Amino acid sequence: MSRVGDTLFFETPVGVETWAAAVGTKEGEGPLGSCFDYVARENRFGKKTWEQAESRMVEIACETALNKAGLTPSRLDCALGGDLLNQCISTGYAMRGVGVPYFGLYGACSTMAESLILGAALVSGGFAQRTLCLASSHFCSAERQYRYPLEYGGQRPPSAQWTATASGAVVLHGGPAPVGITAATAGRIYDPGVTDSANMGAAMAQSAYETLRTFFRDSGQQPADFDLIVTGDLAAIGRDIVIELFRRDGVELDGRYQDCGMLLYDESQDAHAGASGCGCSAAVLCGRLLPDLAAGKLKKVLFCGTGALMSPTSSNQGESIPGICHLLRLEANL
Amino acid sequence: MKLDRKEYQTLYEKKSPPTPSAKTIPAAFLVGGLICVLGQVLRTVFENMGLDKEAAGSAVSISLVFLGVALTACRLFEKIAKFAGAGTLVPITGFANSIAAPAMEFKTEGFVLGTCVKMFSIAGPVLTFGISASVFYGVILWLMEVMG
Repeated sequence: MSRVGDTLFFETPVGVETWAAAVGTKEGEGPLGSCFDYVARENRFGKKTWEQAESRMVEIACETALNKAGLTPSRLDCALGGDLLNQCISTGYAMRGVGVPYFGLYGACSTMAESLILGAALVSGGFAQRTLCLASSHFCSAERQYRYPLEYGGQRPPSAQWTATASGAVVLHGGPAPVGITAATAGRIYDPGVTDSANMGAAMAQSAYETLRTFFRDSGQQPADFDLIVTGDLAAIGRDIVIELFRRDGVELDGRYQDCGMLLYDESQDAHAGASGCGCSAAVLCGRLLPDLAAGKLKKVLFCGTGALMSPTSSNQGESIPGICHLLRLEANL
Repeated sequence: MKLDRKEYQTLYEKKSPPTPSAKTIPAAFLVGGLICVLGQVLRTVFENMGLDKEAAGSAVSISLVFLGVALTACRLFEKIAKFAGAGTLVPITGFANSIAAPAMEFKTEGFVLGTCVKMFSIAGPVLTFGISASVFYGVILWLMEVMG
Protein backbone atom coordinates (compact mmCIF):
# COMPACT_ATOMS: atom_id res chain seq x y z
CA MET A 1 0.00 0.00 0.00
CA SER A 2 1.30 3.46 -0.81
CA ARG A 3 -0.03 6.97 -0.68
CA VAL A 4 0.26 9.85 -3.14
CA GLY A 5 -1.52 13.04 -2.14
CA ASP A 6 -5.01 12.09 -0.98
CA THR A 7 -4.98 8.78 -2.85
CA LEU A 8 -4.20 5.33 -1.48
CA PHE A 9 -2.84 2.78 -3.94
CA PHE A 10 -3.34 -0.90 -3.19
CA GLU A 11 -0.54 -2.57 -5.16
CA THR A 12 -2.08 -5.89 -4.18
CA PRO A 13 -5.74 -5.30 -5.04
CA VAL A 14 -8.24 -5.71 -2.20
CA GLY A 15 -10.68 -8.38 -3.38
CA VAL A 16 -14.40 -7.74 -3.60
CA GLU A 17 -15.48 -11.23 -2.61
CA THR A 18 -19.26 -11.02 -2.54
CA TRP A 19 -22.01 -8.43 -2.56
CA ALA A 20 -25.78 -7.98 -2.49
CA ALA A 21 -28.40 -5.28 -2.90
CA ALA A 22 -31.84 -5.20 -1.26
CA VAL A 23 -34.27 -2.56 -2.49
CA GLY A 24 -37.82 -1.25 -2.08
CA THR A 25 -40.77 -1.53 -4.46
CA LYS A 26 -40.17 1.66 -6.47
CA GLU A 27 -36.53 0.66 -7.12
CA GLY A 28 -37.71 -2.83 -8.09
CA GLU A 29 -40.00 -1.27 -10.71
CA GLY A 30 -37.17 0.84 -12.10
CA PRO A 31 -34.84 0.07 -15.01
CA LEU A 32 -32.42 -1.88 -12.76
CA GLY A 33 -35.20 -3.83 -11.02
CA SER A 34 -34.06 -7.21 -12.29
CA CYS A 35 -30.43 -6.61 -11.19
CA PHE A 36 -31.11 -6.56 -7.45
CA ASP A 37 -30.81 -9.61 -5.21
CA TYR A 38 -33.91 -8.77 -3.21
CA VAL A 39 -36.90 -6.58 -4.09
CA ALA A 40 -39.40 -5.91 -1.32
CA ARG A 41 -43.07 -6.72 -1.83
CA GLU A 42 -43.97 -3.82 0.45
CA ASN A 43 -41.74 -1.08 1.86
CA ARG A 44 -42.45 -1.88 5.52
CA PHE A 45 -40.55 -5.15 5.13
CA GLY A 46 -43.13 -6.70 7.49
CA LYS A 47 -42.14 -4.33 10.33
CA LYS A 48 -44.08 -1.85 12.48
CA THR A 49 -41.95 1.26 11.85
CA TRP A 50 -40.01 2.66 8.90
CA GLU A 51 -36.79 2.56 10.92
CA GLN A 52 -37.27 -1.15 11.67
CA ALA A 53 -38.07 -1.66 7.98
CA GLU A 54 -34.76 -0.07 6.98
CA SER A 55 -32.88 -2.20 9.52
CA ARG A 56 -34.53 -5.32 8.12
CA MET A 57 -33.47 -4.29 4.62
CA VAL A 58 -29.86 -3.93 5.83
CA GLU A 59 -30.06 -7.39 7.43
CA ILE A 60 -31.37 -8.88 4.19
CA ALA A 61 -28.54 -7.32 2.16
CA CYS A 62 -25.93 -8.67 4.63
CA GLU A 63 -27.45 -12.15 4.83
CA THR A 64 -27.73 -12.37 1.05
CA ALA A 65 -24.15 -11.21 0.47
CA LEU A 66 -22.79 -13.74 2.99
CA ASN A 67 -24.98 -16.57 1.67
CA LYS A 68 -23.85 -15.97 -1.91
CA ALA A 69 -20.27 -16.78 -0.87
CA GLY A 70 -21.20 -19.44 1.68
CA LEU A 71 -19.88 -17.28 4.55
CA THR A 72 -21.10 -16.94 8.11
CA PRO A 73 -20.74 -13.76 10.23
CA SER A 74 -18.04 -15.50 12.28
CA ARG A 75 -15.76 -15.25 9.23
CA LEU A 76 -15.96 -11.43 9.32
CA ASP A 77 -13.36 -9.45 11.25
CA CYS A 78 -15.39 -6.27 11.28
CA ALA A 79 -18.29 -4.41 9.73
CA LEU A 80 -18.31 -0.76 8.65
CA GLY A 81 -21.47 1.01 7.60
CA GLY A 82 -24.03 3.68 8.07
CA ASP A 83 -27.21 5.29 6.90
CA LEU A 84 -29.00 8.65 6.92
CA LEU A 85 -30.87 8.40 10.19
CA ASN A 86 -29.91 10.24 13.36
CA GLN A 87 -27.32 8.19 15.26
CA CYS A 88 -27.21 5.71 12.32
CA ILE A 89 -29.86 3.53 13.93
CA SER A 90 -30.78 1.44 10.88
CA THR A 91 -27.30 -0.01 10.55
CA GLY A 92 -26.60 -0.16 14.29
CA TYR A 93 -29.81 -2.10 14.96
CA ALA A 94 -29.22 -4.37 11.98
CA MET A 95 -25.73 -5.16 13.32
CA ARG A 96 -27.16 -5.95 16.77
CA GLY A 97 -27.73 -9.56 15.79
CA VAL A 98 -24.64 -10.07 13.64
CA GLY A 99 -22.16 -9.97 16.49
CA VAL A 100 -19.03 -8.72 14.71
CA PRO A 101 -16.91 -5.67 15.64
CA TYR A 102 -18.79 -2.74 14.13
CA PHE A 103 -17.82 0.81 13.11
CA GLY A 104 -20.77 3.14 12.49
CA LEU A 105 -20.06 5.66 9.74
CA TYR A 106 -21.76 8.82 8.56
CA GLY A 107 -20.84 10.23 5.18
CA ALA A 108 -24.39 11.11 4.12
CA CYS A 109 -24.94 9.58 0.68
CA SER A 110 -21.21 8.89 0.23
CA THR A 111 -21.28 6.24 2.98
CA MET A 112 -20.90 3.22 0.65
CA ALA A 113 -17.67 4.60 -0.82
CA GLU A 114 -16.47 5.69 2.63
CA SER A 115 -17.01 2.23 4.13
CA LEU A 116 -15.27 0.58 1.15
CA ILE A 117 -12.20 2.84 1.47
CA LEU A 118 -11.85 2.13 5.19
CA GLY A 119 -12.64 -1.57 4.75
CA ALA A 120 -10.06 -1.86 1.96
CA ALA A 121 -7.44 -0.03 4.04
CA LEU A 122 -8.00 -2.41 6.98
CA VAL A 123 -7.62 -5.45 4.73
CA SER A 124 -4.66 -4.04 2.83
CA GLY A 125 -2.91 -3.01 6.04
CA GLY A 126 -3.33 -6.51 7.44
CA PHE A 127 -5.64 -5.47 10.28
CA ALA A 128 -8.52 -7.57 8.98
CA GLN A 129 -8.85 -10.61 6.78
CA ARG A 130 -12.41 -9.89 5.79
CA THR A 131 -14.55 -6.76 6.22
CA LEU A 132 -18.24 -6.14 5.60
CA CYS A 133 -19.05 -2.71 4.12
CA LEU A 134 -22.60 -1.40 4.24
CA ALA A 135 -24.82 1.55 3.40
CA SER A 136 -28.56 2.05 3.32
CA SER A 137 -31.34 4.57 3.04
CA HIS A 138 -35.14 4.31 3.13
CA PHE A 139 -37.38 6.91 1.52
CA CYS A 140 -39.95 6.83 4.31
CA SER A 141 -37.56 7.00 7.28
CA ALA A 142 -35.44 9.72 5.62
CA GLU A 143 -38.44 11.79 4.55
CA ARG A 144 -39.89 12.01 8.06
CA GLN A 145 -36.50 13.01 9.48
CA TYR A 146 -35.37 15.51 6.84
CA ARG A 147 -38.59 16.84 5.32
CA TYR A 148 -42.31 16.32 5.83
CA PRO A 149 -44.56 13.46 6.90
CA LEU A 150 -45.45 11.21 3.95
CA GLU A 151 -49.13 12.19 4.05
CA TYR A 152 -48.36 15.92 3.93
CA GLY A 153 -49.65 17.48 0.73
CA GLY A 154 -46.82 19.40 -0.86
CA GLN A 155 -45.13 19.83 -4.21
CA ARG A 156 -41.48 19.04 -4.83
CA PRO A 157 -39.45 21.38 -7.04
CA PRO A 158 -37.98 19.95 -10.28
CA SER A 159 -34.47 19.97 -8.73
CA ALA A 160 -35.55 17.72 -5.82
CA GLN A 161 -34.32 14.14 -5.63
CA TRP A 162 -35.99 10.96 -4.42
CA THR A 163 -34.30 9.16 -1.50
CA ALA A 164 -33.84 5.58 -2.61
CA THR A 165 -35.13 2.71 -0.49
CA ALA A 166 -32.11 0.53 -0.95
CA SER A 167 -29.23 -1.13 0.83
CA GLY A 168 -25.93 -2.59 -0.34
CA ALA A 169 -23.55 -4.97 1.40
CA VAL A 170 -20.04 -5.78 0.14
CA VAL A 171 -17.50 -8.20 1.61
CA LEU A 172 -13.82 -7.38 1.05
CA HIS A 173 -10.94 -9.74 1.63
CA GLY A 174 -7.27 -10.21 0.83
CA GLY A 175 -7.67 -13.27 -1.36
CA PRO A 176 -8.53 -13.73 -5.03
CA ALA A 177 -11.79 -12.17 -6.16
CA PRO A 178 -13.62 -11.30 -9.38
CA VAL A 179 -13.24 -7.56 -8.73
CA GLY A 180 -10.43 -5.69 -7.03
CA ILE A 181 -10.12 -2.28 -5.39
CA THR A 182 -6.81 -0.89 -6.60
CA ALA A 183 -6.93 2.73 -5.43
CA ALA A 184 -9.03 5.10 -3.36
CA THR A 185 -9.16 8.85 -2.89
CA ALA A 186 -10.50 10.21 0.38
CA GLY A 187 -12.62 13.27 -0.29
CA ARG A 188 -12.24 16.71 1.19
CA ILE A 189 -15.24 18.88 2.01
CA TYR A 190 -16.18 21.56 -0.50
CA ASP A 191 -18.94 24.06 0.10
CA PRO A 192 -19.87 26.08 -2.98
CA GLY A 193 -22.49 28.02 -0.99
CA VAL A 194 -25.70 26.28 -2.10
CA THR A 195 -28.39 26.78 0.56
CA ASP A 196 -31.32 25.13 -1.24
CA SER A 197 -31.75 21.66 0.32
CA ALA A 198 -33.97 20.76 -2.64
CA ASN A 199 -30.93 21.12 -4.92
CA MET A 200 -28.40 18.74 -3.38
CA GLY A 201 -26.95 17.75 -6.74
CA ALA A 202 -25.66 21.28 -7.17
CA ALA A 203 -24.29 21.29 -3.61
CA MET A 204 -22.32 18.05 -4.17
CA ALA A 205 -21.15 18.53 -7.77
CA GLN A 206 -18.10 20.59 -6.89
CA SER A 207 -16.81 18.00 -4.43
CA ALA A 208 -17.24 15.28 -7.09
CA TYR A 209 -15.27 17.39 -9.56
CA GLU A 210 -12.52 18.15 -7.03
CA THR A 211 -12.13 14.52 -5.88
CA LEU A 212 -11.96 13.29 -9.48
CA ARG A 213 -9.38 15.94 -10.30
CA THR A 214 -7.37 15.00 -7.21
CA PHE A 215 -7.44 11.34 -8.26
CA PHE A 216 -6.33 12.16 -11.83
CA ARG A 217 -3.49 14.30 -10.43
CA ASP A 218 -2.38 11.70 -7.87
CA SER A 219 -2.60 8.72 -10.24
CA GLY A 220 -1.48 10.34 -13.46
CA GLN A 221 -4.45 8.73 -15.16
CA GLN A 222 -7.15 10.46 -17.20
CA PRO A 223 -10.87 9.87 -17.86
CA ALA A 224 -10.09 8.00 -21.10
CA ASP A 225 -8.35 5.27 -19.05
CA PHE A 226 -11.73 4.14 -17.69
CA ASP A 227 -14.75 2.36 -19.17
CA LEU A 228 -17.01 4.13 -16.76
CA ILE A 229 -16.86 6.96 -14.26
CA VAL A 230 -19.87 6.92 -12.00
CA THR A 231 -20.90 9.38 -9.28
CA GLY A 232 -23.26 8.54 -6.43
CA ASP A 233 -26.33 10.72 -6.48
CA LEU A 234 -25.70 14.01 -8.25
CA ALA A 235 -28.77 13.44 -10.45
CA ALA A 236 -29.51 15.48 -13.56
CA ILE A 237 -28.38 18.91 -12.35
CA GLY A 238 -25.24 17.83 -10.48
CA ARG A 239 -24.12 15.58 -13.32
CA ASP A 240 -24.47 18.44 -15.81
CA ILE A 241 -22.40 20.68 -13.53
CA VAL A 242 -19.57 18.11 -13.25
CA ILE A 243 -19.51 17.74 -17.06
CA GLU A 244 -19.45 21.52 -17.43
CA LEU A 245 -16.64 22.00 -14.86
CA PHE A 246 -14.46 19.43 -16.63
CA ARG A 247 -15.34 20.95 -20.01
CA ARG A 248 -13.98 24.29 -18.80
CA ASP A 249 -10.72 22.44 -18.07
CA GLY A 250 -10.76 21.09 -21.62
CA VAL A 251 -11.69 17.55 -20.51
CA GLU A 252 -14.70 15.77 -22.07
CA LEU A 253 -16.38 13.27 -19.73
CA ASP A 254 -19.57 12.68 -21.68
CA GLY A 255 -20.07 9.17 -22.92
CA ARG A 256 -18.11 7.47 -20.16
CA TYR A 257 -19.69 9.33 -17.26
CA GLN A 258 -22.92 8.31 -15.53
CA ASP A 259 -24.60 9.03 -12.23
CA CYS A 260 -26.26 6.34 -10.08
CA GLY A 261 -29.05 8.82 -9.28
CA MET A 262 -30.05 8.79 -12.94
CA LEU A 263 -29.91 5.00 -13.34
CA LEU A 264 -32.25 3.90 -10.56
CA TYR A 265 -35.57 5.32 -11.82
CA ASP A 266 -36.99 6.12 -15.23
CA GLU A 267 -38.84 9.25 -16.35
CA SER A 268 -42.28 7.84 -15.55
CA GLN A 269 -41.42 7.23 -11.89
CA ASP A 270 -41.69 10.86 -10.92
CA ALA A 271 -38.36 11.07 -9.13
CA HIS A 272 -37.75 14.63 -10.46
CA ALA A 273 -33.98 15.21 -10.84
CA GLY A 274 -33.18 11.58 -9.89
CA ALA A 275 -32.42 9.33 -6.95
CA SER A 276 -30.40 10.12 -3.82
CA GLY A 277 -29.59 8.51 -0.49
CA CYS A 278 -26.81 6.17 0.67
CA GLY A 279 -28.73 3.26 -0.81
CA CYS A 280 -28.70 4.77 -4.30
CA SER A 281 -24.99 4.33 -5.03
CA ALA A 282 -24.82 1.20 -2.82
CA ALA A 283 -27.55 -0.57 -4.78
CA VAL A 284 -26.27 0.49 -8.20
CA LEU A 285 -22.78 -0.69 -7.18
CA CYS A 286 -24.01 -4.07 -5.94
CA GLY A 287 -26.76 -4.56 -8.50
CA ARG A 288 -25.08 -3.30 -11.64
CA LEU A 289 -21.42 -2.22 -11.45
CA LEU A 290 -19.88 -5.15 -9.52
CA PRO A 291 -21.76 -7.82 -11.57
CA ASP A 292 -20.67 -6.09 -14.82
CA LEU A 293 -17.06 -5.93 -13.60
CA ALA A 294 -17.18 -9.57 -12.51
CA ALA A 295 -18.58 -10.56 -15.92
CA GLY A 296 -15.88 -8.57 -17.72
CA LYS A 297 -18.40 -6.19 -19.34
CA LEU A 298 -16.58 -3.40 -17.53
CA LYS A 299 -12.85 -3.47 -16.85
CA LYS A 300 -11.94 -0.25 -15.10
CA VAL A 301 -14.44 1.86 -13.18
CA LEU A 302 -14.19 4.91 -10.97
CA PHE A 303 -16.92 4.76 -8.34
CA CYS A 304 -17.44 8.10 -6.58
CA GLY A 305 -19.81 8.26 -3.61
CA THR A 306 -21.17 11.78 -3.11
CA GLY A 307 -22.68 13.18 0.08
CA ALA A 308 -24.39 16.39 1.19
CA LEU A 309 -23.40 16.94 4.81
CA MET A 310 -26.28 19.06 6.01
CA SER A 311 -29.07 18.45 8.53
CA PRO A 312 -32.52 20.02 9.00
CA THR A 313 -30.98 22.03 11.87
CA SER A 314 -28.17 23.50 9.74
CA SER A 315 -30.67 24.22 6.92
CA ASN A 316 -33.03 26.05 9.31
CA GLN A 317 -30.07 28.04 10.60
CA GLY A 318 -29.41 29.23 7.06
CA GLU A 319 -26.13 27.35 6.62
CA SER A 320 -25.00 26.34 3.15
CA ILE A 321 -24.58 22.67 2.24
CA PRO A 322 -21.07 21.16 2.38
CA GLY A 323 -20.45 18.38 -0.12
CA ILE A 324 -18.06 15.43 0.00
CA CYS A 325 -17.01 12.79 -2.50
CA HIS A 326 -15.01 9.61 -1.89
CA LEU A 327 -13.58 7.74 -4.87
CA LEU A 328 -12.63 4.11 -5.51
CA ARG A 329 -10.88 2.59 -8.49
CA LEU A 330 -12.41 -0.80 -9.25
CA GLU A 331 -10.87 -3.22 -11.69
CA ALA A 332 -11.99 -6.54 -13.08
CA ASN A 333 -9.58 -9.36 -12.30
CA LEU A 334 -9.34 -11.10 -15.62
CA MET B 1 -11.23 25.34 -13.05
CA LYS B 2 -11.75 27.21 -9.77
CA LEU B 3 -15.10 29.01 -9.65
CA ASP B 4 -15.95 31.47 -6.92
CA ARG B 5 -19.32 31.16 -5.22
CA LYS B 6 -20.97 33.71 -7.48
CA GLU B 7 -19.78 31.98 -10.67
CA TYR B 8 -20.85 28.62 -9.26
CA GLN B 9 -24.29 30.02 -8.40
CA THR B 10 -24.71 31.35 -11.93
CA LEU B 11 -23.74 27.92 -13.28
CA TYR B 12 -26.09 25.84 -11.14
CA GLU B 13 -29.00 28.22 -11.50
CA LYS B 14 -28.60 27.95 -15.26
CA LYS B 15 -28.63 24.14 -15.01
CA SER B 16 -31.59 23.93 -12.57
CA PRO B 17 -34.96 23.75 -14.31
CA PRO B 18 -37.51 26.32 -13.05
CA THR B 19 -40.89 25.35 -11.58
CA PRO B 20 -43.23 24.73 -14.54
CA SER B 21 -45.50 27.66 -13.57
CA ALA B 22 -47.56 27.43 -16.78
CA LYS B 23 -48.81 24.09 -15.46
CA THR B 24 -48.75 24.59 -11.68
CA ILE B 25 -50.50 27.97 -11.43
CA PRO B 26 -53.63 27.01 -13.47
CA ALA B 27 -53.82 23.72 -11.51
CA ALA B 28 -53.68 25.65 -8.23
CA PHE B 29 -56.41 28.05 -9.39
CA LEU B 30 -58.59 25.21 -10.65
CA VAL B 31 -58.47 23.05 -7.52
CA GLY B 32 -58.42 26.02 -5.11
CA GLY B 33 -61.44 27.45 -6.95
CA LEU B 34 -63.30 24.13 -6.81
CA ILE B 35 -62.72 23.96 -3.03
CA CYS B 36 -64.19 27.48 -2.73
CA VAL B 37 -67.19 26.45 -4.85
CA LEU B 38 -67.68 23.45 -2.59
CA GLY B 39 -67.52 25.79 0.42
CA GLN B 40 -70.17 28.04 -1.13
CA VAL B 41 -72.44 25.06 -1.92
CA LEU B 42 -72.10 23.83 1.68
CA ARG B 43 -72.85 27.33 2.98
CA THR B 44 -76.05 27.58 0.93
CA VAL B 45 -77.11 24.11 2.07
CA PHE B 46 -76.46 24.97 5.75
CA GLU B 47 -78.31 28.28 5.44
CA ASN B 48 -81.26 26.51 3.84
CA MET B 49 -81.21 24.10 6.78
CA GLY B 50 -81.90 27.09 9.00
CA LEU B 51 -78.43 28.06 10.27
CA ASP B 52 -77.74 31.79 10.50
CA LYS B 53 -74.91 33.35 8.51
CA GLU B 54 -72.25 33.03 11.20
CA ALA B 55 -73.15 29.47 12.18
CA ALA B 56 -73.26 28.42 8.52
CA GLY B 57 -69.72 29.83 8.05
CA SER B 58 -68.45 27.82 11.02
CA ALA B 59 -70.22 24.70 9.76
CA VAL B 60 -68.51 25.14 6.35
CA SER B 61 -65.07 25.38 8.03
CA ILE B 62 -65.77 22.30 10.14
CA SER B 63 -66.93 20.35 7.08
CA LEU B 64 -63.89 21.29 4.99
CA VAL B 65 -61.51 20.47 7.84
CA PHE B 66 -63.25 17.10 8.20
CA LEU B 67 -62.92 16.53 4.45
CA GLY B 68 -59.18 17.45 4.52
CA VAL B 69 -58.50 15.07 7.42
CA ALA B 70 -60.57 12.27 5.84
CA LEU B 71 -58.73 12.60 2.53
CA THR B 72 -55.38 12.64 4.39
CA ALA B 73 -56.34 9.47 6.26
CA CYS B 74 -57.24 7.77 2.95
CA ARG B 75 -53.86 8.86 1.51
CA LEU B 76 -55.72 10.78 -1.22
CA PHE B 77 -54.88 14.31 -0.08
CA GLU B 78 -51.17 14.00 -0.93
CA LYS B 79 -52.09 12.87 -4.47
CA ILE B 80 -54.48 15.78 -5.04
CA ALA B 81 -52.00 18.23 -3.48
CA LYS B 82 -49.21 17.02 -5.72
CA PHE B 83 -51.27 18.25 -8.65
CA ALA B 84 -52.87 21.27 -6.98
CA GLY B 85 -49.98 22.76 -4.93
CA ALA B 86 -51.16 26.00 -3.33
CA GLY B 87 -54.73 25.13 -4.50
CA THR B 88 -55.07 22.70 -1.59
CA LEU B 89 -52.49 24.33 0.70
CA VAL B 90 -54.06 27.79 1.00
CA PRO B 91 -57.71 26.86 1.83
CA ILE B 92 -58.50 25.42 5.28
CA THR B 93 -58.07 21.92 3.79
CA GLY B 94 -54.30 22.48 3.77
CA PHE B 95 -54.37 23.45 7.44
CA ALA B 96 -56.28 20.25 8.24
CA ASN B 97 -53.79 18.16 6.28
CA SER B 98 -50.80 19.80 7.97
CA ILE B 99 -52.10 18.63 11.36
CA ALA B 100 -53.44 15.22 10.33
CA ALA B 101 -50.30 14.21 8.41
CA PRO B 102 -47.78 14.43 11.29
CA ALA B 103 -50.41 13.00 13.68
CA MET B 104 -50.56 9.89 11.49
CA GLU B 105 -46.88 9.73 10.64
CA PHE B 106 -45.55 9.95 14.18
CA LYS B 107 -47.97 7.55 15.85
CA THR B 108 -45.14 4.99 15.74
CA GLU B 109 -43.47 6.98 18.55
CA GLY B 110 -46.60 6.61 20.68
CA PHE B 111 -49.81 8.58 21.26
CA VAL B 112 -48.31 11.19 23.61
CA LEU B 113 -44.66 11.44 22.50
CA GLY B 114 -45.46 10.88 18.82
CA THR B 115 -48.91 12.02 17.72
CA CYS B 116 -49.54 14.70 20.36
CA VAL B 117 -46.03 16.18 20.33
CA LYS B 118 -45.64 16.26 16.55
CA MET B 119 -49.23 17.12 15.56
CA PHE B 120 -48.61 20.86 15.36
CA SER B 121 -45.03 20.66 14.06
CA ILE B 122 -46.10 22.11 10.69
CA ALA B 123 -49.25 24.04 11.67
CA GLY B 124 -47.62 25.50 14.80
CA PRO B 125 -46.64 28.85 13.24
CA VAL B 126 -50.14 29.28 11.76
CA LEU B 127 -51.67 28.73 15.18
CA THR B 128 -49.15 31.02 16.89
CA PHE B 129 -49.80 33.88 14.50
CA GLY B 130 -53.57 33.18 14.36
CA ILE B 131 -53.98 33.18 18.14
CA SER B 132 -51.64 36.16 18.64
CA ALA B 133 -53.52 38.17 16.00
CA SER B 134 -56.91 37.33 17.53
CA VAL B 135 -55.70 38.41 20.99
CA PHE B 136 -54.23 41.63 19.54
CA TYR B 137 -57.41 42.56 17.67
CA GLY B 138 -59.53 41.47 20.65
CA VAL B 139 -57.68 43.93 22.85
CA ILE B 140 -58.15 46.72 20.28
CA LEU B 141 -61.88 45.93 20.07
CA TRP B 142 -62.15 45.91 23.86
CA LEU B 143 -60.31 49.27 24.11
CA MET B 144 -62.61 50.77 21.48
CA GLU B 145 -65.67 49.60 23.48
CA VAL B 146 -64.27 50.90 26.77
CA MET B 147 -63.44 54.27 25.26
CA GLY B 148 -66.90 54.41 23.77
